[in-house]
Amino acid sequence: MKGQGRGLQAYALLYLLFLYAPIILLPLFAFNSGTIIAFPLQGFTTGWFAQMWANATLRTALTNSLIIAVSAAILATCLGIFAARASTRFEFPGKGGMMGFILLPMVLPEIIVAMSLLVVLLGVGVELSILTVILGHVLICMPYAIAILSTAFSSLDRSLEEAAYDLGETRWSAFRLVTLPLVMPGIISSLLISFTISLDEFIIAFFLAGNQPTLPTYIFSQLRFPKQIPMIMALGTVLVALSIVLLTLGEYFRRRGNARMGGNPTGGFL
Amino acid sequence: MTDDRKPMIECRGVHKHYGDYHALRGIDLTIRAGEFFSLLGPSGCGKTTLLRTIAGFEDISEGAILIDQKRMDEVPANKRPTNMVFQSYAIFPHLTVAQNVAFGLRRDPRGKAEKAALVEEALAMVGLRGFGNRAAHALSGGQRQRVALARALILKPKVLLLDEPLSALDRKMREQMQVELIKLQRQVGITFVLVTHDQEEALVMSDRIAVMFEGEIAQLDGPEALYARPASRRVADFIGVMNFLPARILGEGDGTVTVEAPGLGVVELPARQVSRANPDDEGPMIGFRPETMTLVGSNQTHSQPRETSATIDEVVYYGDMTYYDLRLDGAAGLDGRARPVRISMRNVFGRDVQEVGTRTRLAWSPGSLVLFR
Repeated sequence: MKGQGRGLQAYALLYLLFLYAPIILLPLFAFNSGTIIAFPLQGFTTGWFAQMWANATLRTALTNSLIIAVSAAILATCLGIFAARASTRFEFPGKGGMMGFILLPMVLPEIIVAMSLLVVLLGVGVELSILTVILGHVLICMPYAIAILSTAFSSLDRSLEEAAYDLGETRWSAFRLVTLPLVMPGIISSLLISFTISLDEFIIAFFLAGNQPTLPTYIFSQLRFPKQIPMIMALGTVLVALSIVLLTLGEYFRRRGNARMGGNPTGGFL
Repeated sequence: MTDDRKPMIECRGVHKHYGDYHALRGIDLTIRAGEFFSLLGPSGCGKTTLLRTIAGFEDISEGAILIDQKRMDEVPANKRPTNMVFQSYAIFPHLTVAQNVAFGLRRDPRGKAEKAALVEEALAMVGLRGFGNRAAHALSGGQRQRVALARALILKPKVLLLDEPLSALDRKMREQMQVELIKLQRQVGITFVLVTHDQEEALVMSDRIAVMFEGEIAQLDGPEALYARPASRRVADFIGVMNFLPARILGEGDGTVTVEAPGLGVVELPARQVSRANPDDEGPMIGFRPETMTLVGSNQTHSQPRETSATIDEVVYYGDMTYYDLRLDGAAGLDGRARPVRISMRNVFGRDVQEVGTRTRLAWSPGSLVLFR
């Protein structure tokens, strides 16, 4: 039994190493003064970060990506709220099928979504821009947003909103004063997940962005130039740091909201 | 109970359809101002639907609902002079107790200090003085219920609607809250409309009770009348325990019916003791409550007009009460089947619990019988 436990421990350790070692290498080489990604490390520098900051194309790509991710996250979450509320509160004909089809992009190969969108957009004569990427990203973020928000809405006692209405509020103010604060942890989760999905999405951005770079397409294009790789490492370091901060923030808000309502501190994404 | 108080809620021919489902089938009902009124029935009888149509959460398909003599057709729930205590209490978990209670005052133009005083007054009324700053989610079931009451009553509604408010509480708490609700209702003088499936709860708390089956009111009466003179065998079955014996109608006279029941002999009952049988009953039935007959020991006397001999088949001792299952002499007469009847006796000091197999006498009065035909 003890030997078996050892073996499982070693397996778990190896697994984690495989998962995180490459990510730990990112900051290592981002601060390494050598231009080649290899050990031994040469010396400490912050030059790659400076070079990254000075790179105008990268800045455009970053701005584009942020605009796309923020817009896609907000749009997907707003639409997700409507869908989640409708599907948890009301019964209507074709509800099952409708919700199924909305959730389908979660398992649909992205390349198919991207290609068919491209064909349709070109056919209709829409010019490719970050706007078309936003549309594509909303499409793939929606299933995740709805899955998260449905959970939040379905755990809500529907008489809460009725009670607020009964106490003199309008339908809208009852929603705003009672439902919205109670599903806020779900909304924040949905925003964060959608933002993250959109930020690192490659295929749709590659197909639908026209000549506008996004971070993933820019990074992909730069990998051909060995000279640029340390700078990409610096960029990766910034992105990892940003992700950790965002997820920590999201989890903090979720737990605080949960504690305030006396909910069970389980679930969520962390 | 004075009957001259003005009507507070009037339902006139109220129907409610959900698609093919006919939830309310012509409800005609007047609830008077200041009354503690209960809608009692098994689940699915339409009592909650009726309450929600009065609150304005559900539209009615046909008919009219008037509250304080005004038609409510176009008045949404948030503009009606009613407030509701929900089955789940629907306490807002993200707010404090005081914020919950003050929720309905948001649109009230009064000042902050005045509102705070109202909240404190409402909390004191339900026995939660000083609980204002507690987080609502940290309250016990009974406390949540009190907050829900305070939150509804602070708006001084003309009608307070209570949807199975005690069903989530344990037995002790429920009995305590029943008494508190009665006191509270007397204190504020607001019309209370309670929905419940618990007949005991309805009997304890209400001035009048409407018993509902399948979207219709089967009987509307005070608790005593409902218990002693159920309008139909179905109502009798639903409220408390009743013994039924097959009967034979011998003749009808001037406002009376002469009946023979095996074991009880021939009795003449006035019309007010005659009710409706169930459609699937084989024939007329005589019914009586377990506590309306008394076991009499061999050396005891009694003042009841009638007496029947019986044999004790079963004894169930409950501490304060003893239940006896008896076979009445001659009860198997009509069709050869033995029909046990259940009698309950209070275990007062000096009265021994009788043993199984004992021959005994039963004292009773025809006034406690009900004929279902």
